[in-house]
Amino acid sequence: MATRPESWGGDDVPAIEARDIVKRFGALVANDHVSLQAYSGRVLALVGENGAGKSTLMNVLSGLLQPDEGEIRVKGKAVRFRSPRDGIEAGIGMVHQHFMLIPPLTVAENVVLGHEPPGVVYDRAAARRKVTELSEAYGLKLNPDTRVQNLSVGLQQRVEIMKVLYWGSDILIFDEPTAVLTPQETRELFVVLRGLAQQGRTIIFITHKLKEVMAISDHITVLRGGRVVGDIATSRTSAREIAGMMIGRDLTPEVHHPPAALGEPVLQIHGLEVESDLGVPAVRGVDLDVRAGEILGIAGVEGNGQSELVDALMGVRKTQAGSARVNGVELLSGGTPFRTLPAHSRRAGVAVVPEDRRERGLVLPYSVADNLILGMQDTRRFSRLGVLSFTRIRVWARDLVGRFDVRPRRTDIPAGNLSGGNQQKVVLAREFSEDPALLIAAQPTRGLDVGAAEFVHQRLVEKRDAGTAILLVSAELDEILALSDRIAVMYEGRVMHIFNAGEASENEIGLLMTGGAAATEVQRMDTAAPALTSEQ
Amino acid sequence: MNWLTDSGVWTTFLNTNLWSTTLIEATPLTLAAIGGVISERSGVVNIGMEGMMLTGAFFAVVVSILSNNAGLGVLAGVLTGGVMALVHAFASIRLKADQIISGMAINLLALGLTSYLYFSVYGSAGTTPCSSTCAPGDVRGVLNWPIPVLDRSPALGQILFQQNPIVYAMLLLVLLTHFFLFRTTLGLRIRAVGEHPRAVDTAGINVQHLRYLAVTLSGLLSGLGGAFLSLGWAGNFSENMTSGRGFIALAAMIFGKWTPFGAFGACLLFGFGSALYDTLQNNTGPVQDYSTLIATLPYVLTIVALAGFIGRSTPPASDGIPYDPAAG
Repeated sequence: MATRPESWGGDDVPAIEARDIVKRFGALVANDHVSLQAYSGRVLALVGENGAGKSTLMNVLSGLLQPDEGEIRVKGKAVRFRSPRDGIEAGIGMVHQHFMLIPPLTVAENVVLGHEPPGVVYDRAAARRKVTELSEAYGLKLNPDTRVQNLSVGLQQRVEIMKVLYWGSDILIFDEPTAVLTPQETRELFVVLRGLAQQGRTIIFITHKLKEVMAISDHITVLRGGRVVGDIATSRTSAREIAGMMIGRDLTPEVHHPPAALGEPVLQIHGLEVESDLGVPAVRGVDLDVRAGEILGIAGVEGNGQSELVDALMGVRKTQAGSARVNGVELLSGGTPFRTLPAHSRRAGVAVVPEDRRERGLVLPYSVADNLILGMQDTRRFSRLGVLSFTRIRVWARDLVGRFDVRPRRTDIPAGNLSGGNQQKVVLAREFSEDPALLIAAQPTRGLDVGAAEFVHQRLVEKRDAGTAILLVSAELDEILALSDRIAVMYEGRVMHIFNAGEASENEIGLLMTGGAAATEVQRMDTAAPALTSEQ
Repeated sequence: MNWLTDSGVWTTFLNTNLWSTTLIEATPLTLAAIGGVISERSGVVNIGMEGMMLTGAFFAVVVSILSNNAGLGVLAGVLTGGVMALVHAFASIRLKADQIISGMAINLLALGLTSYLYFSVYGSAGTTPCSSTCAPGDVRGVLNWPIPVLDRSPALGQILFQQNPIVYAMLLLVLLTHFFLFRTTLGLRIRAVGEHPRAVDTAGINVQHLRYLAVTLSGLLSGLGGAFLSLGWAGNFSENMTSGRGFIALAAMIFGKWTPFGAFGACLLFGFGSALYDTLQNNTGPVQDYSTLIATLPYVLTIVALAGFIGRSTPPASDGIPYDPAAG
């Protein structure tokens, strides 16, 4: 990594500065007198938990939202943005967490959109030329005529970066850019970011991954509950200290667990084949065992068949071939096509924390209490002759809300009003309550902040220690490494390899996740790119 | 099934009248449908085309009578269609109303408004609008423009070159709309805003303006379709004279996968259905008995096609969803 300036320059004028920004959404104060400074040539990391106000602040800085109070200064001059156009003209470009790309349009069309070559008729050739020039200047290899929908997530991010470079922005804001990237892609991104900073651009990097903050930034600003709670040079602090500032208390030591006391295989999958929504094979002959008392982690870049595997096991997707048994009970078996039913799967002792909690895990407009009995509403516990017993439901819900620390501690509000972390706690509370033989947790901490993620991790390990077999699917390699007793790497619908905990490095797994050979190809292409890489 | 062997059925297809009527029937449908393509490509569902057409049809006749000028009549039809579209745009873009409900409201409003004005201006007489206060001749219609030389070519002459100027305009507008959407900068932006308005906003383009423009263009085109119905074809106005054409145009737009050429093709198919019905009705013998059934054929084909034989038809990703910059 390039050497960083030792001290944070206080003598020169910040490239961009926020002064006492206040932004309210109704009664919620998302930004409460927030101030920060970012300097040219350096990387500022803006960190904080979900809901700390990071994205709001950046949307204010880029002109998408207007602040209720406070001032923005660009190179010492006060500015007022009425729309993103004003922000762009002041030299501010934002790479959004959810890409601002139009999938059916080409790379070139996406890059020039809003600042097209002059003329009523869209000048395709000029746009293509521009993209090619930028490609060469910054070493961001891209074919201008490819439709964005056909690009991998990593390449889509390049299009986003190219877009802000095309605008000529010199203050670049990256909103959680690594959330969707593999470890390799993240490293490539960091090379690009360092290069841009060395050219004198100002980088603001938003994240809640502390490892990355320490690796890339020169300075760190910490937000909590809409206020700035820390502002410090990276060289003078530690990940631990930053984590403490973020969550307002000391982080409990990383969940670590003794090796599992292995029991009998609970889940046994043989030769499973499942198709995706598009009718192409997504799971292509998977064999997998999960034993009682172990966490089997499935590592893989999203879209390599993990979702379809989980869907099949929970009974919402038919399978083409293969079988799966839970404690000897057939879930799916031979014969094509065959699917189990969610109710059957549940009866066999399978509980699922689904990937998309808002879509599959909860009925958002229903109350927390109603959500806590979903799937069990017909049992004797909660109903007689089809009539629900509200008293029993309330007692049950109050108990779970307390034990899983759902905040606010209310059972009558719609689940949709809870924060992401608390929604996930509701799902966990429900799925854990049945004492399942097999728990499937798909992306269980997606979008959760450090505190909530830690809570989820602890509960998973507890459950494992109580003898439940856990199948953990996650795109976060750190999570897989921290929790799993065994790690299965999935790539293009196949299990490439199964490691025991501690047996493989992040690097090895990362390589398998991208198909090994395919990954070296990507790297070769990048080292061939000039400009940025040569500066390292 | 002896009607199938009846030579009358087959000679019908050689009848140039059938084909020129197909084009005429397709004209109001196409004008509305390509407008619908523009509107929905920008992300605003427009089921109010029926009402915009009806409004256009009515005011085209009114202004034609008042000004004694067909051209001004057509212009009035186009503009009043546009005004109705502005109402829909205001409700669905500015007020973020449900676009289906707003569109339906436009349809009901147009039906009520034109019927009310029609009776109050021209009296409650039956089918001829001018029976009590004016003579039918007072409606200045848009006359056909045979194109010199070409109109004498065999078969094609009657089908293509002895048509109403609005029919020619329609053919031109199909080409223009395609060019506009797929070759101009503005068209690129309209296509983008229907897919991902936030991306367009963050690229520094005003989402609301683009959508207002697209919806208004849709209304202008529907208005022209309406003016054709009344001034170009029927020669006057009658109550609810659009009789569902706006909805058929909507179906054609979907069938045509939200492209101008596709929509035009679908409108030709639907137009053919109506023309076939008209032509067969004039036949004698057993064919006439089945003409209604035969006329359903294009619609049956459409259902079959939409059921998956032409591949799934996917609307623009943000079609029908109001844009709120502060959300998410």
